[in-house]
Parts: sequence; C-alpha cells; structure tokens
Amino acid sequence: MIKLESKVPSGNISEKWTNHKFNLKLINPANKRKYTIIVVGTGLAGASASATLGELGYNVLTFTFHDSARRAHSIAAQGGINAAKNYQNDGDSVYRLFYDTVKGGDFRAREANVYRLAEVSGNIIDQCVSQGVPFAREYGGLLDNRSFGGAQVSRTFYARGQTGQQLLIGAVASMNRQIDLGTVKLFTRREMLDLVVIDGQAKGIVVRNLVTGEIEKYSAHAVVLATGGYSNVFFLSTNAMNCNTTAIWRSHKRGALFANPCFTQIHPTCLPLHGESQSKLTLMSESLRNDGRVWVSKIKNDMRQPNDIPEEERDYYLERKYPSFGNLSPRDISSRAAKEVCDEGRGVLGGEAVYLDFRDAIKRLGRNVIEERYGNLFEIYETITGDNPYQVPMKIYPAPHYTMGGLWVDYNLMSNLPGLFVLGEANFSDHGANRLGASALMQGLADGYFIIPYTMGDYLASYKPTLVDTSHPEFEKVKNEVQETTKKLLSIKGKRTVDDIHKQLGRIMWDKVGMARNEKGLKEAISQIRNLREEFWTSVNVPGSGDDVNQTLERAGRLIDYLELGELMAIDALNRNESCGGHFREEYQYEDGEAKRDDENYSYVAAWEFKENFNWELHKENLVFEYVKPAVRSYK
Amino acid sequence: METKILKLKLKIWRQKNANSVGSFVDYDVSVSPDASFLEMLDELNNKLESQGLEPVVFESDCREGICGTCGLVINGQPHGPIPRIATCQLHMRNFKDGDTIWIEPFRAKAFPVIKDLMVDRSGFDKILQAGGYISANVGGAQDANMIPIPKDVASEAFDAAACIGCGACVAACKNASAMLFVSAKISHLGLLPQGQPERYRRVDRMIKVMDELGFGSCTNTYACEAECPKGISVKFIARMNRDYIAAKLKSKTLEQV
Ligand SMILES: Cc1cc2nc3c(=O)[nH]c(=O)nc-3n(C[C@H](O)[C@H](O)[C@H](O)COP(=O)(O)OP(=O)(O)OC[C@H]3O[C@@H](n4cnc5c(N)ncnc54)[C@H](O)[C@@H]3O)c2cc1C
Ligand code: SF4
Ligand code: FES
Repeated sequence: MIKLESKVPSGNISEKWTNHKFNLKLINPANKRKYTIIVVGTGLAGASASATLGELGYNVLTFTFHDSARRAHSIAAQGGINAAKNYQNDGDSVYRLFYDTVKGGDFRAREANVYRLAEVSGNIIDQCVSQGVPFAREYGGLLDNRSFGGAQVSRTFYARGQTGQQLLIGAVASMNRQIDLGTVKLFTRREMLDLVVIDGQAKGIVVRNLVTGEIEKYSAHAVVLATGGYSNVFFLSTNAMNCNTTAIWRSHKRGALFANPCFTQIHPTCLPLHGESQSKLTLMSESLRNDGRVWVSKIKNDMRQPNDIPEEERDYYLERKYPSFGNLSPRDISSRAAKEVCDEGRGVLGGEAVYLDFRDAIKRLGRNVIEERYGNLFEIYETITGDNPYQVPMKIYPAPHYTMGGLWVDYNLMSNLPGLFVLGEANFSDHGANRLGASALMQGLADGYFIIPYTMGDYLASYKPTLVDTSHPEFEKVKNEVQETTKKLLSIKGKRTVDDIHKQLGRIMWDKVGMARNEKGLKEAISQIRNLREEFWTSVNVPGSGDDVNQTLERAGRLIDYLELGELMAIDALNRNESCGGHFREEYQYEDGEAKRDDENYSYVAAWEFKENFNWELHKENLVFEYVKPAVRSYK
Repeated sequence: METKILKLKLKIWRQKNANSVGSFVDYDVSVSPDASFLEMLDELNNKLESQGLEPVVFESDCREGICGTCGLVINGQPHGPIPRIATCQLHMRNFKDGDTIWIEPFRAKAFPVIKDLMVDRSGFDKILQAGGYISANVGGAQDANMIPIPKDVASEAFDAAACIGCGACVAACKNASAMLFVSAKISHLGLLPQGQPERYRRVDRMIKVMDELGFGSCTNTYACEAECPKGISVKFIARMNRDYIAAKLKSKTLEQV
C-alpha cells in the first residue's frame, strides 16, 4: 500500500527550508566519494545537479542520449529566467514571486515547494553570473530585467533571445569542470530504457548505446532523473524532436507514481501550422507580448490583408477582456482566448491564427529599440515564414509547449521509490496546473544547484543504501526485457511508419486532450488510443537492425511510451471534474467562459499508480493553502 | 501561401559505418516550398521506411538553429546556401523546381562519420573539458550586481557565447581547424571579469587538447566565419592568439624563476 508523504516540514513558510536544511542528515566529506549517483539528463536540471553533486565529492555518472551535453532541450529556451531580486525596485519580493506562482498555477501546487523556489531564485542569478553567463545589462553595467506573462513586476533576467542557451552553457561548463577533475563521468549517446528497482529501492539503469546498439547496465546508490517534459505526445509541439517520456514513463511502470499527467501547457505564441510535412512547431518567445499587441478582425472570415484592416475593425481581445494584464495575461488564458476567437471564425483569413502586431511599438519606441529587444526573434520569424514582422504583423497560434505533470516527488524531490529523485520538467512539483513564463529555467536550476545537493545526502545517510553489482539477477532480467522489446519491434515489419502512427496519436491528443476537453471526447480518446496501441504492435515497420545506429528504432521505443502515457493523460483529465490552469473542461466554466475550479473536491495532486494490464490506481495528496488563499483567478 | 510543388533530385552520401566506404545515392523527391530542408528529408525517410528500407541517418533536435545538432554540407556548403542559418532553418523556398542537391556529412579528420550523414563531434567537448569553464562552486557566489560589467563588454562576450557548437567552421576549413569554435569559447570567458583568474591557463590547456585531437591549424582563409550560422567573428581568433602568446610568455617567465 502506497502512502503519499509530502514530507513538507512544519513551521512558518519562510523558515521551512532553512530549518529543513539544518535537520537533514549529512555525509562526511571523506565518505562522499564512496557513493555513486546516476544522473540521467544534461539539461539545466541534470547538468546543474551533476556539477553540484560532483563538487561535493560524490562519484557521479551522467547520461544523455545527445552527442553532447550542451544539446539538451533547455538550450532552446528563449525568453528568460525569473528571480525575486527586486533590482528594479518595483515591489518584487520572495513572497510576491511565491504568490504569483501559486496563483498562476491556479492553486494546484504545493505551497512549501513554491516558496522554496522563490527563496533560492536570487542565488541562481548570482551563481550564473559567477560562471560567466552574459545576461543583458544596462549602460551602468548592472543587470537588466523585463516582464513576462502573469506578473506585474519586471523580474525576468535574459540574455538576448537565447537565455536557455547561455544558462545551459554555464551549467554544462560547471559539469565539464567536474569531468576535468574526475568526479563526473559523462556517457553520451546513451538512452535510458529502464530503471532497476531492487527491494523497492532504485538501484540503477539500463541504457542503449545508440551507436553500437549494445544494452548496458549501470548501478548506483541513487538515481536522479532530469529528463525533461513530454509535450511530444502531441507529435507537434515546441519541444525538440527527440524529447521523450521514456525515462520517467518506464520508471512509472516500475512503481513510481505519475502526478497530474493532464496538466499540460499550450503556449499562446507559436507559429501556425504550414502543412502536412510539418515536423515541429516553433515558439515565438512570450517576451514579444511585452510590446506586441494581439488582435483579430471583428468580422468573421475577413479575407483582407492585416494592414488593410482599419483600427476600428480590429479586436484587441486580450486588452478588452483582461484590461489589467492585457497582452501579458497568463498563457492558459491567452491560449484559450485565441482558440475562442478562431472558433468564432475571426482568426486570420478565417483560419487558425491571430495577429501579434508591433506597429504601435515601433511608432512609440522606434525601430532600433524593437530591433535591439527582439531582433533575432524577428529574423527567426522571417526565415521560417518569409514575412517581415517590421512591416506585417506576425501570425501566431497556440501549441503544446510544457508539461506541468510528471513523476510525483516529495519535498526532497524524491519519488515514492526510495533512491529515485526527479528534477526539472520531469517532476510535477512547482507549477500546479499552469506554469508562468520564465519559471521553468528557474526551477531546473533551483532543483539542481540548490536542492538535490542537500536532500541527496539525507537519503544516503538515512537509508544507507548499498551498491548492487550489475550481475545481480534483477539487472539481468531488466536487460533481457529491454532486449526482447527491441527484438519485437524489429520483427513486426508491418505497413505503417512510426511517424505516421505518432501523428495519428498527436491528432487524437490535440483534438480531445488539448486546449479544451469534455467527457465525451476524453472517453473517445481513451478507446482510440487503446486501439492505436494495438495497431502499433501489429503494423509498425521498423527497418534495420538493433546492432548499430537505428533512429527509427529509437523513435519507435519512444512512441510505445507515448501511446501509454496518452491514455493516462485522458484518464486524469476525465477524473478531474473541474477546470483549472491548462486543464479546461468545457462542462466546468462560468457564463463568461472563464475556468471554474472546484476546490472542495479537487484540491489535490492526482498521483497515479501503474497496475497490471493498463489499469491505474489513483492516490491523492491533498493540497492545503495556508498563505495564498484560493480565490477565483482573475486577471481582469 | 504558394502551393507549387518542387521536384528535386537528391544525391545523398550513404555510408554504413565508420569503417566502410561510402557513396552518393540518388533519390527523387517532391516537396512543398514551405517545408524545411529537414522536413524534406523526413518525408524521404518516411517513404523509405514504408518500403521497409533503412532511412538516411541525419541528426537534428531543436530545429530552431540553437542546439547545433544538425549540420549537413549542401551543395558543397556547410549548412547550405543561405548565410547565417543552421541546416534546420533552411527552407525549400530557396530552391528551384528541377534542382539537383548534393547532401554530405561534415567532413574532417577530427569528425569521423558514424553513419550516413551523422558524424562524431565529441572532440569539441574534450576541448571544453580541458579548462573551458570558470571555477565557481555553488554556494559561494556574491550578489550578481556586485561587479558591474559595461554593456559593450557584456555584449561582446555574448557575441562569442552565441556559438552553437555545430562544427561548420571545421567543415568549412581546408585545414579542418577548430580555431573559430575554440576562440569563441575562450573569448566569451576571457572578456568577463569573472573569467580573468584562469584566463591564461585556460587558453593554454584548451589549445593543447585541440592540437592533440587532430584539428588543423589556421591559415587565415576565413571560410569558417563565412559559413558560421551565428556569424562568429574571426576577430576572436586574433584575440585568442594574443592570449596564447601571453600565456606562453607567462609560463616561460615562471620556468625561469
Ligand atoms: C522553445 C522553448 C522555449 C522555452 N523558453 C523558456 C523560457 O524562456 N523560460 C523558461 O523558464 N522556460 C522556457 N522553456 C521551458 C524550459 O526550457 C524547459 O522546461 C526546461 O529547460 C527543461 O529543463 P530540464 O533540465 O528539465 O530538461 P531538458 O533540458 O529537456 O533536458 C533533458 C535531458 O535529458 C536527456 N534525456 C531525456 N530522456 C533520456 C533518456 N531516456 N536517456 C538518456 N537521456 C535522456 C536529454 O538528453 C537531455 O539531456 C522553453 C521551452 C521550449 C520548448
Ligand atoms: S563558431 Fe560558428 S560554425 Fe563554429 S561551432 Fe560555433 S557556431 Fe558552429
Ligand atoms: S537542429 Fe538544433 S540547430 Fe539545427
């Protein structure tokens, strides 16, 4: 019987983390090197964790399927990273960042975790600057800030439009230093395909060497997963092509609970779809909403070019509906508003897109200022679409972007399986039902630099886990299972390609488990996904062998997991009879179309336990709000 | 949007593994001008897979020009004909109906082919693991605004830090030199106040490893800058050379003491 213990320490919220750090057990410096820790992932969360654990003296084995640590998906983050520094003297504080995040998450996050995140946010910026991250600066040489959706203060630090890249280069450099010093050993082009659990504790992983095809076993005293999010379940998303859910999903099937799988974020400012061959969707940073104005025509199926639509016939719908936050309304709200106007037939040329217009900002600030702020984003836009956004408004549409759900973790970031820690986007912990812009980078680095180094020591000191040899029968068993799956995939030789089936899954997810959901659609989705899963196992075609590079085999393996996770997302969405954050159930809305939360019945984290034959058991962690009192989330 | 379909002939390098001999194989494709270059290859691969044939191995991830994973030589040019973009940002509207397109991997002694268009660029990381960092432990950092950095200095450091580690500079260079990449890394850290304490040790160690890995020397032809998707300037190579000489002088002086 699983008992969910959040392990949130007692005491005033502002003292919890300090007290907890004091109470956590320590490992003596000379003993640290006797402990081996596996870290999977080298994004912001994984690279920062590897670096910090290495600095402390642990023996760290780090894995990534990429050829280089610097290619992790974190590299693509554009907009920025939040921190409660209050350098702008505009009223920011740890408490305000905490408050904004709890409210932004629509009261479905754990208060204590969010407070801790806000509390360490300032140290993240200090740490990054000391590593040489070239954040944007003002003429006086001090750090510059901008604002992001869901906040009324300027607390976002940025490095042109490439913040994720610069932060990741910094974190990877810190990890490289530990590789240089010999505490971290990095294994590239290795994909984790399973978790080894012995006597209920995480003891190691099984990976595929993506070059030789060999299945390798690694054991450790503890395993840290920092493997990112699962937006690619939708096939088309803003995530990189190879982002996947394999590490966390297969750990889920080995006993780790999966929390709030249906909480996914649809980002409002992405490029609209161009055609069938499309492989991914491109995000246009939300920072553009600082100066761009979002609008559509007041008339249905308006076939005029945007510059021919006069001012009085334009509907700046975000400014109209949410006057105090306007174009900077939170993501879930902005996305839904775009869907609404497009469903009314008022999208660009009657289709699925809205305008993001810089005309007024260019008039007010001059082209130079706009170029300085967004030059590279404008270039990206022009290379992809062939349109020049200085002259014609951008066309944007919402797209799957981030997954708030993930493996359940306690306050120590440990899953219900002792020895299995989960960091970054892969866990469920801090963003509730909706993540605020520029908070994912903050969370990844908070987890890796400032939380895991403390909580890992406590685990090792309290549980005293042993190191199991990889010749242990359980390692052999897991390895055999992995090899069997590979063999099976290669032997089906059916008629459908992996991408073809993935696209079909994506369509089901987008139509029925996407921006708006209802009972009927979700039930249909569940049965369609089950059928598609069966079809996959009888009609997929994976050419080639398992003994060398086989990218189709890699994608097929990832799709197995999406075909299972997709079902659980629908089940979770069906269970949650309320609308909150990114989860909008059409049955639960106010007359004006705003989301209707049900705090009485759903103020809990839904943590799902995997049972035989694709059944899941629901465990609930009740959420208590002592500081930020749940209220209707209004941005009007 | 244009709906015209382009019919193209592709000549793609196929090579089973590092030890086998590769050759060009012809493929005919039809593609929308709105598709990206890599989406065209996706479509080709999808077709090959549906016939039970092994698809063309090529790498990509972000498809936004930032991760540096993609990298093909297209008609003789790393990242293709359009300046300042990575392969994944190239769109088919830049080609004409009936064109023949040659597609090859990045070629360099230090970048051996793994399969088809996939190469091993791990040499870059080995160089970075030999000092390409600032030693700053977590926990000890002072407030981020304690050391003001003039905007132009921060901006120049950023220009260098914009490198995506793709390796096009090496592929473009007749000597397969990695100087542009290494100088970008060294300048990023060496321009910032935080990078000063290790400035000379860093350049010394990184260049040593670069030489050991078999990257060639720089003879100032500047093909690297022309093909670099991020427009990294060769002025950083000059800067690195100055630092390298200073490092050598310093270590000489130390030896004499
Ligand atoms: C286009 C875009 C823009 C964004 N912009 C912002 C922004 O401006 N601000 C913000 O705060 N957030 C932003 N985000 C969100 C943010 O970038 C991510 O949530 C965050 O970077 C995730 O970091 P991570 O370390 O958890 O995972 P990732 O960076 O995704 O890293 C995952 C790592 O795990 C490895 N991995 C995964 N599975 C396996 C496996 N099975 N075996 C081995 N290795 C594996 C990968 O190789 C990789 O190294 C953006 C996201 C996108 C898509
Ligand atoms: S210097 Fe330019 S070409 Fe060379 S690796 Fe960096 S981004 Fe690529
Ligand atoms: S795929 Fe990331 S730069 Fe091209």
